Amino acid sequence: MSILLKDVNYVYSPDTVYQKHALKDVNLVINDGEFIGIIGHTGSGKSTLVQHLNGLMKATSGDIIFNGQDINAPKYSQVELRQQIGLVFQYPEHQLFEVSVYKDVAFGPKNQKLSEDEIKIRVKEALETVGLDESYYEKSPFELSGGQKRRVAIAGVLAMKPKILILDEPTAGLDPQGRDDILEQIAKLHKEQGITIILVSHSMEDIAKYVGRIIVMNKGGVSYDGIPSEVFQYYKELENMGLSAPKVTYLMNALKEKGYDVSTEVTTVEEAIEELLKILK
Amino acid sequence: MIRDITIGQYYPTESKIHKLDPRTKILGTMLYVVSLFLVNNLWIYIGVALFLGIIIKISKVPFKFMMKGLKSILFILLFTILLNVFITPGETKLVEWSFITITLEGVLNAALMGIRLVFLIIGSSLMTLTTSPIQLTDGIERLLNPLRVIKVPAHEIAMMMSIALRFIPILLEETDKIMKAQKARGADFESGGIMKRAKSMIPLLVPLFILAFRRADDLAMAMEARCYRGGEGRTKLKQLIYKRRDAIAYLLLFTYLGSLIAARIIL
Repeated sequence: MSILLKDVNYVYSPDTVYQKHALKDVNLVINDGEFIGIIGHTGSGKSTLVQHLNGLMKATSGDIIFNGQDINAPKYSQVELRQQIGLVFQYPEHQLFEVSVYKDVAFGPKNQKLSEDEIKIRVKEALETVGLDESYYEKSPFELSGGQKRRVAIAGVLAMKPKILILDEPTAGLDPQGRDDILEQIAKLHKEQGITIILVSHSMEDIAKYVGRIIVMNKGGVSYDGIPSEVFQYYKELENMGLSAPKVTYLMNALKEKGYDVSTEVTTVEEAIEELLKILK
Repeated sequence: MIRDITIGQYYPTESKIHKLDPRTKILGTMLYVVSLFLVNNLWIYIGVALFLGIIIKISKVPFKFMMKGLKSILFILLFTILLNVFITPGETKLVEWSFITITLEGVLNAALMGIRLVFLIIGSSLMTLTTSPIQLTDGIERLLNPLRVIKVPAHEIAMMMSIALRFIPILLEETDKIMKAQKARGADFESGGIMKRAKSMIPLLVPLFILAFRRADDLAMAMEARCYRGGEGRTKLKQLIYKRRDAIAYLLLFTYLGSLIAARIIL
């Protein structure tokens, strides 16, 4: 279940004034069961990249190999690909259209031509995963709050049972509580069901806490690719790209400069507390 | 695919056509459209094509860009041509088979009609390609101004038009986004019979309508927050003033129209 990208390039509106080289020679390997964060400034190509992964956009040049098969080969079934690689777009609540929450979540499984019973199980599971109980089933998705709408939309993709789940800025525009809830639920999915998760974001803080690997995009290319503590060592370079490392990275680096013996490789507040307690003893 | 629709789009570049006063371009386009209906001869069309070609050359808008706009009306174009081929009565019958008759006059008429439509679209998209929406509305407002005497709300009409134009690319982009999101959920917009396809549009149209209404609402709120109250007493940052190049453009336009009329009488 791995995805392999080889020299992928994408150019928007070629040969016009609007021409934009959105992806430049992207080479990546995404393995089974990984929890990856893709991070980058607005316009760095991260959304373009993830849309390539499930065939919604076709690379101008280069190959994308999923499970050993070229996804852009003429005979490859795009429908099947999209069932295996689920993509939750930015502001996914904008895609809601059905009269009830249940029906909206059932849209994906219905397109998969599953039986009524199977659809029922899938919808129930998906809504449970995002924390919505049966009292919501018959409500109109349009009368829910912003955070609830987003959960319904995410459930709509989960109900298709993808092997790989890609989320494009799933927390954009949510309040802190809603943001934490959604990220926790995604982390739980990864832990309990072993789904490969790719999380696109521009907030380091969001990502650092959950992911096992960070891919930094800048101007259409991959700048850094590694475990969070490794990538955050480049916090000065990240700033030049309009990004930043988590606050604790700055704190630890500042302490080290003052001569304290702390590790600069911590990425979350919890780890930072432990480090600080060590030097206070 | 959806990005290919260029109607109402602006192509930013520096050219003599871009610099013309929007009023000149609007009136010029209207004159040009009228002139197309004066043409009844294939030879004169060559003249018109030459005229149009020169203007496109001066405007520095790539020809490829204009052809993209044509692609979106291909269906209407083919439909018109076919209709003309089949229903025009005439004396020289080329094909006569049960109820279908194709006449020489029909074929000629269809060709003329097709060329006329193509020229019409290219000409008017040339105006929007070389004039930014703001300039365009300014021009329309100024041209409608004299009609205020008979209670034509010139400013409001112009504002509505500019908003409508502004919304075209936004809605196209949103359509593209929603379409992709639904495709990611396994929606199929491309296959099936006409009923199935119409039905498959629901997941696209419902979110699009909701979004359009919300966008309009937000815009109204934003305008009100900035104390918009219509055209009464509103001044302009950039006044429209006719320059020498506009005079030259008008002169050329009337020369073009004059020679067209002359050609029609002579030929």
